[in-house]
Amino acid sequence: MRRYFLKKISIYLLTFWVAVTIDWGIPRLMPGDPLQVFLLKFQAQPDAQKYLQAYFYKAFGFNQPLWKQYLYYWDGIFHWNLGVSMFYYPTPVATVIGQHIFYTMGLLVPAIVCAYFVGNRLGAMAARRKVLDNSILPASYLISGTPYQWFAMLLAFFLGALWHLLPESNAFAFGTTPVWTWTFIGNFLEHWILPFLSLFFIMLGGWAIGMRNLIIYELESDYAHWLQMLGSPARLVRRYAYRNAVLPQLTGLALALGTFVAGQIVTEVVFNYQGVGLLFFNAITNSDIFLMQGAFLLVIIGVLVANFAIDIVYVLVDPRTRVSMMGAEG
Amino acid sequence: MFARKKKGFLGVAAVVLAGSLVVPLLSIGATASAAPKPHVTLNHTNTVFSSGVMYSPPTIWNPNEQGSFATGTEGFLYETLFLYNPITNLYIPWLAKSGKWTSTTTYVLTLRSGIDWVSDVASGQAVKGTMTGADVVFTIMLAKNDPGIYYSNLAKDVKSATAVGNTVTVTFKHPAAEDWQSFLYQDPILPSSSVYGMGAWTTAELNTDANAAPVGSGPMSLDTANTNSEEVCYRTNPHWGVGAALGLSFKFLHWCDTVNSSNNVELTDFLTGVIDLSNNFLPGIASLIHAASPGGSTYGNISTYYPRPPYMLSANTVWLEPNLSKAPMNNLYFRKAVAEAINESQIVNVDYSNLVTAANPTGLMPSQSSYVDTAAVKQYGFSFNKTLAKADLKKSSYSGQTVTIECPDGWTDWMAAINLMVKDLKTVGIKAEALFPSYATRTSDIEDGTYDFAIDNNASIAADPYNYFYRMFRLPVEKVQSAQDNWERFTGPVATKAWNLVQELNATAMSATSTRQGIFNQLETIELQNLPEIPVWYNGAWAQYSSTNWKNWPHSGTKTDQYTPVMWGGWLGQMTTVLALAQLVHTPKA
Repeated sequence: MRRYFLKKISIYLLTFWVAVTIDWGIPRLMPGDPLQVFLLKFQAQPDAQKYLQAYFYKAFGFNQPLWKQYLYYWDGIFHWNLGVSMFYYPTPVATVIGQHIFYTMGLLVPAIVCAYFVGNRLGAMAARRKVLDNSILPASYLISGTPYQWFAMLLAFFLGALWHLLPESNAFAFGTTPVWTWTFIGNFLEHWILPFLSLFFIMLGGWAIGMRNLIIYELESDYAHWLQMLGSPARLVRRYAYRNAVLPQLTGLALALGTFVAGQIVTEVVFNYQGVGLLFFNAITNSDIFLMQGAFLLVIIGVLVANFAIDIVYVLVDPRTRVSMMGAEG
Repeated sequence: MFARKKKGFLGVAAVVLAGSLVVPLLSIGATASAAPKPHVTLNHTNTVFSSGVMYSPPTIWNPNEQGSFATGTEGFLYETLFLYNPITNLYIPWLAKSGKWTSTTTYVLTLRSGIDWVSDVASGQAVKGTMTGADVVFTIMLAKNDPGIYYSNLAKDVKSATAVGNTVTVTFKHPAAEDWQSFLYQDPILPSSSVYGMGAWTTAELNTDANAAPVGSGPMSLDTANTNSEEVCYRTNPHWGVGAALGLSFKFLHWCDTVNSSNNVELTDFLTGVIDLSNNFLPGIASLIHAASPGGSTYGNISTYYPRPPYMLSANTVWLEPNLSKAPMNNLYFRKAVAEAINESQIVNVDYSNLVTAANPTGLMPSQSSYVDTAAVKQYGFSFNKTLAKADLKKSSYSGQTVTIECPDGWTDWMAAINLMVKDLKTVGIKAEALFPSYATRTSDIEDGTYDFAIDNNASIAADPYNYFYRMFRLPVEKVQSAQDNWERFTGPVATKAWNLVQELNATAMSATSTRQGIFNQLETIELQNLPEIPVWYNGAWAQYSSTNWKNWPHSGTKTDQYTPVMWGGWLGQMTTVLALAQLVHTPKA
């Protein structure tokens, strides 16, 4: 097992190095000069513009050769110094991400986990009886095929703008300060409901469809038929089938949770929810290469950690994996 | 049994939901409890909420970082010597009690007494000191001492500035009427103290420091406790010197300007009463204003400056900007053909639903109509005429290549206008294509001179057309046109003549009205004869208000009609928006 994990870690380190290198390089290949875009905000006279250009060219490190900029970036990663954001100047990138990541976490983690839980249950129910299958499956297809932004706009319009039931934008009300009080928590939850629902319902469909298909597959397998021939109750057979069917879903859950750090751009734009998705949007549209690098780095780390976690979880929950590893080592 | 199973399922679902929320809530609490106190929940009884200015979170309160600072840096925190009223075309003494030219190269102004420098709310709104002539001198001389200051053009004009108490004497190397006039109402006075002000700041700090604990003289001070990534908040300054001198005060305790998002979110926030003043462009607002008239609608209490078209004051001139360094844009007949092919009325009616007005051929703003040389317009001006357009196109020897017209992606009203222009150009035989790159790419295209046509509105409202022609004719043209002047790259003997005229204007006394008008006439003739820019329409000073919580907003034909209702940079601190806000009173609940 030790050899297995050492091999895995080596692969992940190599993947991290390649991904970070691409993360550093891609923003620099984008068209347009990010410094020109940044300096446009200053609206200075030409001679003052030249001074500012020279100052910021040096301040952002563009005067260094590319290989030095690359090495400084790696040094920054190890010290968690990701540079200064150009769009949110003069706020450091790490601070900007820190201000937004928890809103994304608060929105996407519950949506993914609840959609996973409820969707798997619904999918399992659908596989139990034809009547349920004929209603849950088409509904799931319809829901999972719905674009996130369209559903979000419907919720915002009907429940927010038209019927005034819930606030339709922002993570908390204007005039409210994010501090640890019941007032703020209530306000935050009130603003959280619509974005959460817009994600939960769409994600739900995908999990339900997947689990329904997996359950049917497991119920058709040899061990299930054997149990039925032995006279086992249907409930017992379904329970074994569910345990086997949930394994691939677990992989999907880990990947979904790993990429949650990327946020959900369209949902956050529709609701103006201050998450990482909105950060990505602002970084790309304003050529903030340092913020782009920082945000993509977060995605890289999230995906790799999630993959590693699923490797460990599989070893724990699936005895076949443990046995095959022991067999390989023996 | 089914009920028991259902309860078990719901119970587990609730636990899963609550559990997955705990970590983010705790994290938000942990990071947020570091927010400075005191922080209270602001509401519409004590706070006015606005939108339409900021597109990124407020992080800078340095007035030297024009275009980057948060709403209110100019106007609420820092003030200018005079204000300009674009509706009456008058200057209002503000920090200065008076000012006049005592010779063609000497200007003497007297500062008001009792103007205090006040710190932000978190530190108790303490009075730090009193403004004196030394602060005015410090601010003026930054033009010479700070190479990065945005008004560095003053350095070539000013010889010296001295203060005796509150009297400041500025001596110029040569007459510099326009540059000085601009400084008087556009550039805020900064604290010179090395203890609480910027007196000891380095050049780098003056131009790049965020100034997160500003010390200002204005009607409000920064409320850092309630400022966050979604809004900047201010609290009324009880030590406001100009207010005391002029008998002005704000009836609200706080003002919060919010960070913009998409149009649909801004529209909904405005219509549901979350926002009191919206300076966003809200497509379709004209129909909602009509719907809100007596007779009932879902949305009541909303209004604009004018109750009918064009609803909004004009803010700036929108140009179709040709790149004169490339063919076929460098051909005058081609430019004429383009100008005559575009149906401005269609853009005004279809794209903007009459929220804007078509520009006159000179492009001078409606408030500058007295400067328009009507004879030159009659002789050389263009108008929508497809027959003439086809004839001019023939003279241009246009070879049929496709030209692009670009604006940043997401600027939907400009995108729609470009699509209409492309159709118009095709009807006269010009192949045109709309291009909507990202803001960064569009900016690079213009500054590097690789674009064909672009939409531009850099010439904003001002007391006279000097600024307009400065932006149009400034020379020399750099390889990278990073300043927002002469983006069209108008060069050559005629361009040099025009730029010399602009500089002559700066050197002509403001009192020499007929001489100045003569120079303006020459500049207008050059513009009309050469079409370096093609004026199309006047962009609106987007402002719609809700009277649900606060009333007495500026409306034409009322005693508030001389006040500008716009919070944008260049308006709040330079024009009469502060006076507009001083009229607001809370709307009593029915």
